[in-house]
Amino acid sequence: MNQAISKHTHEHEHHHDTFKLLGFWIFLVTDCIIFACLFAVYAVLRGHTDGDLTGKELFEIKGFTAETFILLTSSFTSGLATLALHKGKKAQLINWLIVTVVLGLAFVGLEVSEFRTMVHEGASISTNGFLSAFFTLVGTHGLHVSFGLIWMTAVILQIRRHGINEKVKEKVTIVGLYWHFLDVVWIFIYTVVYLMGVM
Amino acid sequence: MGEKSKGFFVTGDPLIYGADVAIIVTLLGIIIFLTVFKKWGWLWKEWFTTVDHKRIGIMYLVSSLLMLFRGGVDALLMRLQLAAPNTHFLTSQHYNEIFTTHGTIMILFMAMPFMFALFNIVIPLQIGARDVAYPFLNALSFWLFFFGALLFNLSFVVGGSPDAGWLSYPPLSEIAGSPGPGQNFYIWGIQISGIGSLATGINFLVTILKMRAPGMKLMKMPLFSWSVLSSCITIIFAFPVLTVTLALLFVDRYLGAHIFTADSGNPMMYVNLIWMWGHPEVYIVVLPAFGIYSEIVSTFSKKKIFGYKSMVFSMMIISILGYFTWVHHFFTMGAGADVNTFFAITTMAIGIPTGVKIFNWLFTMFRGRITISQPMLWTIAFIPCFVVGGATGVMLAIAPADYQYHNSYFLIAHFHQTLIGGVVFGYLAGLYYWWPKMFGFKLNERLGKWAFWTWNIGFYVCFMPQYALGFMGMTRRVYTYGWDMGWAPFNMVSTVGAFLMGIGFIFQAWQILYSIKNGEKDVTGDPWNGRTLEWSIPSPAPLYNFAVIPEVKHDDDWWETKKAMADSQYKKEPPQYEPIHMPKQSGIPFIMSACWFVVGFGFTFGWSYVGLAGLLGVGLCLLARSFQQETDYYIPVDEVRKTEASLGRVG
Repeated sequence: MNQAISKHTHEHEHHHDTFKLLGFWIFLVTDCIIFACLFAVYAVLRGHTDGDLTGKELFEIKGFTAETFILLTSSFTSGLATLALHKGKKAQLINWLIVTVVLGLAFVGLEVSEFRTMVHEGASISTNGFLSAFFTLVGTHGLHVSFGLIWMTAVILQIRRHGINEKVKEKVTIVGLYWHFLDVVWIFIYTVVYLMGVM
Repeated sequence: MGEKSKGFFVTGDPLIYGADVAIIVTLLGIIIFLTVFKKWGWLWKEWFTTVDHKRIGIMYLVSSLLMLFRGGVDALLMRLQLAAPNTHFLTSQHYNEIFTTHGTIMILFMAMPFMFALFNIVIPLQIGARDVAYPFLNALSFWLFFFGALLFNLSFVVGGSPDAGWLSYPPLSEIAGSPGPGQNFYIWGIQISGIGSLATGINFLVTILKMRAPGMKLMKMPLFSWSVLSSCITIIFAFPVLTVTLALLFVDRYLGAHIFTADSGNPMMYVNLIWMWGHPEVYIVVLPAFGIYSEIVSTFSKKKIFGYKSMVFSMMIISILGYFTWVHHFFTMGAGADVNTFFAITTMAIGIPTGVKIFNWLFTMFRGRITISQPMLWTIAFIPCFVVGGATGVMLAIAPADYQYHNSYFLIAHFHQTLIGGVVFGYLAGLYYWWPKMFGFKLNERLGKWAFWTWNIGFYVCFMPQYALGFMGMTRRVYTYGWDMGWAPFNMVSTVGAFLMGIGFIFQAWQILYSIKNGEKDVTGDPWNGRTLEWSIPSPAPLYNFAVIPEVKHDDDWWETKKAMADSQYKKEPPQYEPIHMPKQSGIPFIMSACWFVVGFGFTFGWSYVGLAGLLGVGLCLLARSFQQETDYYIPVDEVRKTEASLGRVG
């Protein structure tokens, strides 16, 4: 009887884990819709440049290519962190997460400097419809990445404090999922905004 | 905005001074009451920090009834203004504000929380669960709604109300058309509560998918649970669009962007986006009402629901088709014949599954042993009302004809008929039906019948003349009209009807107060001879709902169990209690939502530092939660046994 009880409670807790992951997947669906709307807005307003500078003149290939490589690499390193998690290697896990955070910071830094250059060139969010859509779409992604950085740092601190347990495992998995999702969104931004912009 | 945008406090109107006084008196009254009776600790411990779905449901219910009152007063003020030609009861500005807040409050701060109240109170009990999938998030959802609604309502006395219609179309809602904070109140109030709604959608979808009692296959699930499932799916796909749309409008207003402006942006894009949320939204609120009717019809006809599978399929079809009808709100935009045709056909097609449901309810009643109880009264009243509302909807769906009906009182009558006849009647039916489960007593029958008849007669007297007014050329949102239009008699009749509905509401308030003292106690936990699991446990349900999670074998499982229990051969096995795993309460949802309120308030007035400080608070709350380790506990077996014994269940 006692055995049956402990098996039952164990199962119960196990269920709770999968709940969070499922919920987070559904949250990602909603976030996907948010980005889909922003992409649609961008597609509608792409041509609304009012005779000002267009994407072709504003976007710097070097800058956004570097951003892309850095973010893709960070996705890879967050994958390596997950591998370390499954092997139960705490130090490795923390290190790969730190590398991911540093790459993420570099990405955000590059994006901020890109935005600053554009504003200096007289292309700000209030200039025209095209730039309003550009800044909101790319900026929303940038805000997501910045939020992810704080989140991941919090998870790193928790791993250091508690080591690898069920809760931490779940947290690392979820923040990793979020990070990969942002990477996928960026690939679309890279294609739809930057590549199609400079072509 | 006129004279209203000059100062921080809204001034210059005796009605508003009256409201100021009323608000201050009420607040002082509450504070004095809580202090004198030493209830602050109780309020914080039992309610503000609770993560119990039943309590959260009750808080949703109280808030939504308050909002029904506020929205109802708005409606009566409008009807007074329109009762006779050339009235100067309200100024045009004040009228604009009132129709804006009436619509926004009724949909977002009355219908939505009323719906969430029923989700919270019923769903875990009906599927045999002890709580929702994410109890903490559930509390957060409620407090976000609460502070969003508070922020929105504050606009009445501080800063000025929004006045650009309940969906705030640009360019009117842009900074050039609506300077001042009114529109920002609209954006932030809805945004904050909208995040909560989205979270609730995710929460209940996962709850239903993952936490049903063992044996309850999806196709054995009660129809109310199915309706919540379909409504949640719709929330998940529709609410993000609202979030984006409002955020973009705010970016336009706050940072001077040109997304929806008429010069470099695209205002029609706003109309498209907001209705991509707005149309599914009406299905979000009506689907659960359909679920409620199904439960009630079946219970009070003492029959299994007719056509269970077709009910499920119709609801799922409605939730999908609901995404493909949004353009019918603006056929006159001129999108072209092909686009209009597509949306006209999808709109008419949605009438098919709805019709199927109507027939199913009728066939369930056919040859049933019907008891005319209060929930059943509202359900029976709903059917003809909704049929007329649906038929006028199909008329509106005919795109070329819509050029005539567009923005006329015909449309106003139509959507009030579906939203009141469909949604409000449904939620009220649900309220009467599950009230004993929430509070352990029934609502008084006699007062309830008075409420029912005044509401119903009032409804027809109010809205039938409006169909005619629409045909006579009266457009929505006009604040007055001349004698020469010939609209006076119908408007007067309509106003009388509106006040009858107001009297109905007073009867209901009276009924609730009366029944708290004198209501018939529900000692069995099953006052209606119900069919589903929520009636198998005591009323009100204990903290953990089910002492032992039931094994489900049939559809209408509790009904079958009762039949088996009536058999003399039936032997009840003694229950095997186990420690029950429960979530701990937490003050973080309240504090985090209060921080969101600061964010909204700061950005509403353009005080960026206040807004950013609020965001910092939100971030700190998130981190505090993330670092929390012990978030749940176990109720020991002894306590479960004691509680069950005290509730009269043999332990």
